[in-house]
Amino acid sequence: MTRARLSRAIAIFLVGMLLVVALAAACGSDATTKAGQAEKEPGNLIIYSGREEKLIGPIIDQFKQATGIDVGVKYGKNPSLVATIEEEGNNSPADIFFGSDPGSLGALQHRLVLLPDTILNRVPSAFRSREGKWVGISGRSRVIVYNTEKLTEADLPDSIFDFTDPKWKGRIGWAPTNGSFQTFVTALRKAEGEDAARQWLEDIQANDPKVYPKNTPIVQAVADGEIDVGFVNHYYLFRFLAEEGESFKARNYYLKGGDPGAIVLVAGAGILDTSNNRENAEKFLEFLLSTVAQQYFASQTFEYPLVEGVKINPLLVPLSEIEVPDLDLSQLEDLEATIELLRDTGVLP
Amino acid sequence: MRSNDVKSGGTSLLSSLLRGGVERFYPRSPTVVWLPATLVAGAMVLPLVYLVLRAQSADSGLWDILVRFRTLEILGRSTMLVAAVTGATVAIAVPIAWLTVRTDIPLRRFWSVTTALPLVIPSYIGAFTLIAALAPRGIIQQLLESVFGIERLPDIHGFWGATLALSFLSFPYVLLPVRAAIRGLDPGMEESARGLGYSPWGVFHRVTLPQLRPAIVAGALLVALYTLSDFGAVSLLRYETFTWAIYLQYESVFDRSVSAGLSLILVALALGILLFDALTRGQSRYVSGGAGGTRPLRVMRLGPWRWPALIFCGAVVLTSLGGPMSVLIYWVVRGVSAGESLSSLWGVAGNSLYVSALASVACIAAALPVAILAVRYPSRFATLIERVSYLGFALPGVVVALALVFFGANYVSPVYQTLGLLVLAYMILFLPPALGAIRAQLLQVDPRMEEAARGLGLSPLRAFISVTFPLIRGGMLAGAALVFLITMKELPATLILGPIGFETLATKVWGASEAAFFAEAAFPALLLILLSSVPMALLVLSDRGSDTVLLRAKK
Repeated sequence: MTRARLSRAIAIFLVGMLLVVALAAACGSDATTKAGQAEKEPGNLIIYSGREEKLIGPIIDQFKQATGIDVGVKYGKNPSLVATIEEEGNNSPADIFFGSDPGSLGALQHRLVLLPDTILNRVPSAFRSREGKWVGISGRSRVIVYNTEKLTEADLPDSIFDFTDPKWKGRIGWAPTNGSFQTFVTALRKAEGEDAARQWLEDIQANDPKVYPKNTPIVQAVADGEIDVGFVNHYYLFRFLAEEGESFKARNYYLKGGDPGAIVLVAGAGILDTSNNRENAEKFLEFLLSTVAQQYFASQTFEYPLVEGVKINPLLVPLSEIEVPDLDLSQLEDLEATIELLRDTGVLP
Repeated sequence: MRSNDVKSGGTSLLSSLLRGGVERFYPRSPTVVWLPATLVAGAMVLPLVYLVLRAQSADSGLWDILVRFRTLEILGRSTMLVAAVTGATVAIAVPIAWLTVRTDIPLRRFWSVTTALPLVIPSYIGAFTLIAALAPRGIIQQLLESVFGIERLPDIHGFWGATLALSFLSFPYVLLPVRAAIRGLDPGMEESARGLGYSPWGVFHRVTLPQLRPAIVAGALLVALYTLSDFGAVSLLRYETFTWAIYLQYESVFDRSVSAGLSLILVALALGILLFDALTRGQSRYVSGGAGGTRPLRVMRLGPWRWPALIFCGAVVLTSLGGPMSVLIYWVVRGVSAGESLSSLWGVAGNSLYVSALASVACIAAALPVAILAVRYPSRFATLIERVSYLGFALPGVVVALALVFFGANYVSPVYQTLGLLVLAYMILFLPPALGAIRAQLLQVDPRMEEAARGLGLSPLRAFISVTFPLIRGGMLAGAALVFLITMKELPATLILGPIGFETLATKVWGASEAAFFAEAAFPALLLILLSSVPMALLVLSDRGSDTVLLRAKK
């Protein structure tokens, strides 16, 4: 009866696989229990990072080597990580949340502890939480990315408000769901007032902007000539340039005269109130704000260092030459009213 | 009541609703069937419990927000997309299934493998390729411009773009179960029909197609629910669906309560689809007199028709697989100069294979009792359990993942951030493909054969293992393959629930593409597709039934 034997073999195989599943689950839980216990001893640190591994992995490795601390990192999207930490509640394994925009840090603020002044004072007050609960680690500026075949810098206006001109109809790309874009809208509200911000959104809407899910496809679409200009963060362009070379048909343009469209935003980090590892967490933040780490961000990820005395990448326009608006970043945590406005104007559903 | 007279082979929600009586609700099935099935259903309910809890904790304005969300409009848009994608996938998949099983189409095995693979293409990569090719000034336009001077194509974004992308990404959901069903057909029925004077088309239309209906419906149901849950393609192609609105709440507003409220509406929509499916399933019986598939099926010689058949298969594979692959290869070639290497990826690839295999086994193990309960012991209870098992598939991955974060971290913290919980999430998300495939095949098996085995003194379990099990093996393998392929590319649950430091090829692709390192994203993405094609190829090549068919075709 080969068929009976065959089915027995399959049954045995399936049972075996089930055992493997059970075993894997058991081993997995062993590992976590260990990690959970070890968490309480010095020597461990769990980071939830909304910044990509490609960008911060190397600097975390340096931290591991320098301190011997065993660092575990969970990478993910900023909002998913915020939601995960909220759902985990008191049982969150996370010690640090490393977010890539002030919005997600603001959303998690109620779960973060007050940071010591020695950490906060490393960066200018504009680049940290007003309540002292998170600190900026690196900066990125909002820019206009433009297609170099169709436009030159001379064709581009000084202010983000000039893009409401009908001549830009159908030529603009934006990403209204993107955290940095929303923070820029918050800046617009704080700098120019609610009415002006609403008017700007309505006027841009009237120009039929193309909607993208995030910054990268905007830069790509600009280079492809699908759109002529896009509202993005500065550093995406440099990654395309690194892969595609100088022939890539897009460049960055900085708006003039302290325009909100030229605001500098930060990625930042804070310590969770459920962390049992505060000492190591503080060590990590101190490390991120050390000259070594700041130099890494400046030269490797094309971002702006926030600590004094660190040289920026020569490809970048120095922070001092960008005509940044006179705004306090901690004012930009107020995401809720911005979302409300974006919905009211129909930019977001 | 007429429906009282029906001794149903299939289960119909409507008829079981019509049938009254407590005894109809409670299972008259062996413990070994209903207990595991109930446990599975219990797991499937977890996300619903979580959603209800979250939606309740919303601010008083929840209802206002739902109204403000133009809920009806989004509902309409989602429904339209579901209908269009479902129709398109059936139109693509059924001919391909027929061609690759029942005809002597050249390169049959090649088509069998490649037409299943679009399932591993992450939807954002598929959508990205489509945009690159068909955008107003994309690759196709450039070709047309050089030949015909066309300067702009109509905008691909929106309804048609989303339909196109999702259809070409999800038609294997229909293809695989239909292929399994075609293999399980009893050739005797077709032969009788021919003997009665039906034309070949008549045989297909009157005899074969009705036999395939459960598999087609099972696949179409998967496509419909998948379309509801997809985020990657609709967000890139800018077609606003429910899942898009849900993600927006998480991503922009950090509002889990409103997300939960919207997710519950999505669940209601899924229930609507499931009810529609139940109503169309009807009462038909699909079993044949003997053991189906023991003799090879007739192979159709295509003759000159093989050219259009080849063009059709080629076009589908080119669009669904060739396009994304060539974009990835383009990125890889570009990345060679950037000095990317594969060596660091083997461990990650191992993780992907490992969890995907675990997920397949878990889904098959969970689907078996549910399918047996639904097919062999129909009752309201069985219907309820089977329907509930489908809900996870309609939910966005992030919702299921957060539900398990909530329960895992707060109530069973030892298993939190273990592979066990991740595999449970996969099971909740991907049970329906396994369930559909097994159910469809089980319907083709005559229960009297099992009864006969029991009459000969075998225990019900032994009877099942020695009689039914071999006959539904094809469905199980097809289901396992489906689950394997979609787990390979799963992202949101893997990111949220994976143990700390646990990486798969899918998370690698995401991490790199998020940071706009396309060359670096392309290596793991290509590896993902290549590795997924191995089990698919094994499945196709190991199928002895198809071998015999092939031999006969060559004679």
